[in-house]
Amino acid sequence: MSDSSLRLVWVYPDLLSTYGDRGNVLVVERRARQRGLDVARIDVRSDQPVPTSGDIYLIGGGEDRPQRLAAERLRVDPGLPRAVDNGAIVFSVCAGYQILGHEFINDLGQREAGLGLLDVHSTRGEGARNVGDILAEVDPRLGLPPLTGFENHQGVTHLGQGVSPLATVQVGGGNGTGDGTEGAWRDTVFGTYLHGPVMARNPAMADLLLKLALDVSALPPADNTWYDALRGERIAAARQQQSA
Amino acid sequence: MPGTGSEAPAQGGRDASLPARAKIAVTAGRVAAAVSRTAGRGSGSVIGGKVALRLDPDLLAKLADHLDVVLVSATNGKTTTTRLIAEALRAAGPVVSNALGANMPAGITAALAGGSESRFGVIEVDEKYLAGVARDTRPKAIALLNLSRDQLDRAAETRMLAERWREGLKDTEAVVIANADDPLVTWAASSCRRVVWVAAGQAWKEDAWSCPSCGGVMQRPGDDWFCAECGFRRPQPHWALSGSHVYDPQGAAWPIQLQLPGRANLANAATSAAVAAVFGVPPATSLQRMQSVAAVAGRYDVVTYEGRQVRLLLAKNPAGWLETFSLIDGPPTPVVLSVNALDADGTDTSWLWDVDYEGLVGHPLFVMGQRKLDLAVRLEVAGLPFQVVDSLAEAVRTAPQGRIEAIANYTAFQQLRRAVAG
Ligand SMILES: [Zn+2]
Repeated sequence: MSDSSLRLVWVYPDLLSTYGDRGNVLVVERRARQRGLDVARIDVRSDQPVPTSGDIYLIGGGEDRPQRLAAERLRVDPGLPRAVDNGAIVFSVCAGYQILGHEFINDLGQREAGLGLLDVHSTRGEGARNVGDILAEVDPRLGLPPLTGFENHQGVTHLGQGVSPLATVQVGGGNGTGDGTEGAWRDTVFGTYLHGPVMARNPAMADLLLKLALDVSALPPADNTWYDALRGERIAAARQQQSA
Repeated sequence: MPGTGSEAPAQGGRDASLPARAKIAVTAGRVAAAVSRTAGRGSGSVIGGKVALRLDPDLLAKLADHLDVVLVSATNGKTTTTRLIAEALRAAGPVVSNALGANMPAGITAALAGGSESRFGVIEVDEKYLAGVARDTRPKAIALLNLSRDQLDRAAETRMLAERWREGLKDTEAVVIANADDPLVTWAASSCRRVVWVAAGQAWKEDAWSCPSCGGVMQRPGDDWFCAECGFRRPQPHWALSGSHVYDPQGAAWPIQLQLPGRANLANAATSAAVAAVFGVPPATSLQRMQSVAAVAGRYDVVTYEGRQVRLLLAKNPAGWLETFSLIDGPPTPVVLSVNALDADGTDTSWLWDVDYEGLVGHPLFVMGQRKLDLAVRLEVAGLPFQVVDSLAEAVRTAPQGRIEAIANYTAFQQLRRAVAG
């Protein structure tokens, strides 16, 4: 961390905050404060430069046109790549996940360049849109319980050699490539299709980001009563959705 | 009484002037509606309309032909505004309206087929169907209130809706009465020939940070808004809501006194006054008539339940919750939040995180509904104390004294209404 407080950067809430993405910011912030950390939250609008000195960067989902506008603006801003070079943690969801890759299909049906921070590229799926509860087993190296979330996307994301799948789908579509993968990660950069918001459904993921930012292997315990109740309900709902 | 809504019986005049095929379609639709009512499937208006439309696809146009049609569309407030406009226009003649909120083409057809000898057709239209209904019914006036995110797991993207409105309405002969404080609505209406701009306010701003025209970042100093890149900006309003007054185009201030609560309903009334003026009904008359509206299809209804007063508030999306939090009685009024995620609600509950819950600080809070655990986590993260309950009865038993405000999304609201009805 750069100084005494954790710098939590929310990238482009004006464009990429359509599916409750604010929730991811609020949960990370809340769980940091519950552990006694000072948090400096920095909301970066798309006409402002992305700071390079953040500890955790969150990038949310958005509709197709704002996604293109966000990619156009992020491509000419060196902030986020520099932050990653500095070892910052980046967690991205849906449209934000696609932007972190090499390219995606924009609202005009054209190939739009991303930032190349994750070795993935996204295309548009031919089949039905993936909409519904999703349940996935996380890459065991991350040591997290199963991910639960809500997905709503037409995109298909193909993973290159430079990333690992974030999780393996048990229920739902995930990356949409048919190989059962969901999301991608490399070092400190993460991408997922999960909404819900994902941090509200998976507080252990929020804690993982905090541990990486603080470079510690454990955090003081937090009260997870309601998170756990919600997780139990949604995991059961996903299993039921599958058997239905 | 003619033209009081979709339940009105058929009488002479209108039907006699319809072409034969349309007449058969109206009759068949009415029979189907009666059957569906007997079978206990709600009001029957939607089913009746579907049968009628299948027999004569031009029926809606034929039914609307003799009416002065007013269309009302928005993400929020369209049912209430439709009711306010209907009340206002009754000063000038009989009105037929889809008062029960059946706002897709079949429901609209059923409502118009049920009314006769009306002068006005005041019609709430689902935002996805506005362009088509406007083409079919050739309205004299169209009121556009607001556009914001709603049921994103299945609905079109918000700006896409604005674009469809813009394309679909650009050749309309209607006077378009549009909210100048909503950039998406303004963009949709600004291609129309005749627009009456109403500064009706819009508390929710999160869907209009990028310019609908060029994508530039919207600048929003105070109540104003503009795009620095392409020059798209807030138009000079003809009518303006200010506190609980509305200023007419001559600059006269008219007090708005409603039984309906909240800023959003003052905005709905201001827009309704502007619509009524298009038909020669002055604000003094229209606003006075609006005062008689106490509840709209159960919304804002204050009921007695288990010996306690409960006010039922319907709010379906972030913008609706934000407006609703601002109209409830102050602390320590107990507040019940109930959320479902059935198909009619949208199955994605992420929107609960788009709303700021600061407006609920100090209220004893009770969460219920199918997705009460989503609410529990949301309030936990907001740092607000709350209690999870299984039913309204349990909330009422536990809540401290005072009238209870019950805020619910679509099917949760219907369940509350059934619960209090016993
Ligand atoms: Zn612009």
